[in-house]
Amino acid sequence: MGAGNCDYDAIVVGGGIVGCACAYYLSHSFKRVLVVEPGPVGGGSTAAGMGHIVVMDDSPAQFALTHMSQQLWSGLFPQMSPGCEVRPTGTVWVASDAEEFSHVEDKQRFYAEHGVEAEVLDAKSLHQAEPNLHASMVGGLRVPGDSVIYPMTAAGWLLDEAKKNGAELRQGKCVARLDGRSVELGDGTVLEADFVVNAAGGHAPELTPGLPIEPRKGHLVITDRYPGFVHHQLIELGYLKSAHEMSHESVAFNAQPRATGQVLLGSSRQFVGWDSKIDRRLVSKMIDRAALYIPAIRDLHCIRIWIGFRATTPDSLPLIGAMPEDPTLLIAAGHEGLGISTSLATGRLIADIATGAQSSIDPTPYAPVRKAHG
Amino acid sequence: MANPITIRIDGKAMLVNAGTSAAAAILNSGVSGVRRSVSGEPRGPVCGMGVCYECRATIDGVLHQRSCMVTCTDGMEISTDD
Repeated sequence: MGAGNCDYDAIVVGGGIVGCACAYYLSHSFKRVLVVEPGPVGGGSTAAGMGHIVVMDDSPAQFALTHMSQQLWSGLFPQMSPGCEVRPTGTVWVASDAEEFSHVEDKQRFYAEHGVEAEVLDAKSLHQAEPNLHASMVGGLRVPGDSVIYPMTAAGWLLDEAKKNGAELRQGKCVARLDGRSVELGDGTVLEADFVVNAAGGHAPELTPGLPIEPRKGHLVITDRYPGFVHHQLIELGYLKSAHEMSHESVAFNAQPRATGQVLLGSSRQFVGWDSKIDRRLVSKMIDRAALYIPAIRDLHCIRIWIGFRATTPDSLPLIGAMPEDPTLLIAAGHEGLGISTSLATGRLIADIATGAQSSIDPTPYAPVRKAHG
Repeated sequence: MANPITIRIDGKAMLVNAGTSAAAAILNSGVSGVRRSVSGEPRGPVCGMGVCYECRATIDGVLHQRSCMVTCTDGMEISTDD
């Protein structure tokens, strides 16, 4: 495919997991795919993702994208390298009171109606599944099909697979300008392509002005190795409240067992621009929140704290698709806290646009310029 | 031996002087390290003063104790397998 007189069939700007997933699917149909990344592959927001592959039920569009992604990930897991640390931990959504527990059955019914296995846990089965949870936790919902991966390695693996199909990487190159036909590097080199994909995450608006994306800072805490301390990816049921409230700052309980036995702890959300300093006050709030759910977390040694920036959109859905005024400029950015999960469906949708194929889900809700609700 | 006390390292009983650090006891016991790295290699103390965290061992069931900073007590159980 492609006219053949351009340098590339497609140039993907951004080597995070979303850009790598775009390159992966584009490389199945196009021989000349280029990824441009100024830093390490998967070294931006990808490196601050927990790597939780999760089906979300907070809106039909979010469900469609996360469900499609989970199915695509499941198809890739058997091929992925050991370094990707694929682990079928499942998710347990934890209810801390009767009010939260009253929503668990609705959530279970929604998943069941949409073909996603989910199991309501009463207090007893919750504590059997996760003995370190506080005795006051009233129940939860176990979603066994969710998984945990190591995001940076997974991004690199996707790119390596794309390279096997002929894709190239230009690393250490900044992008000064782009449109739907060309990319100008920081050193003045101009590369031409049939399609250009802006997968620059939180930096996407710097290259495509007007995209409604804001950086939203998050902290992660990782402990020393305590094998068996938690078994599932644990999230408080109030998580969505925290994720969707566009308040100045919020924390939510989110704990994950890593393949090494370490416990990875989230999460915080803050609108503070690109300020990359660790905010110890907010980290303390995050740990206090976690200790309400797992008191023994205070006995674990924390060995590292780091931060990252989610690419946040006003309606919490990513921007995936062609720009109306420049239809060969494709946007794949704005994935907030779900970019590891939704990278694959994003890459698939982008490749469908480039090849003219029909997508398996309706791409309209993710259009980079949103249509008014009709 | 003045004031000998009994500890167990990986289940094996051993007599040490009161006041011996757990790190010294482990090194004297002949086992190959105080703990295992994530890839299974033996690890041992570097600084001996509580800064480097290399000497972590499981002491009385508590993971990741800095063995150079812990004084042996009678009946202490040390594990170097974690």
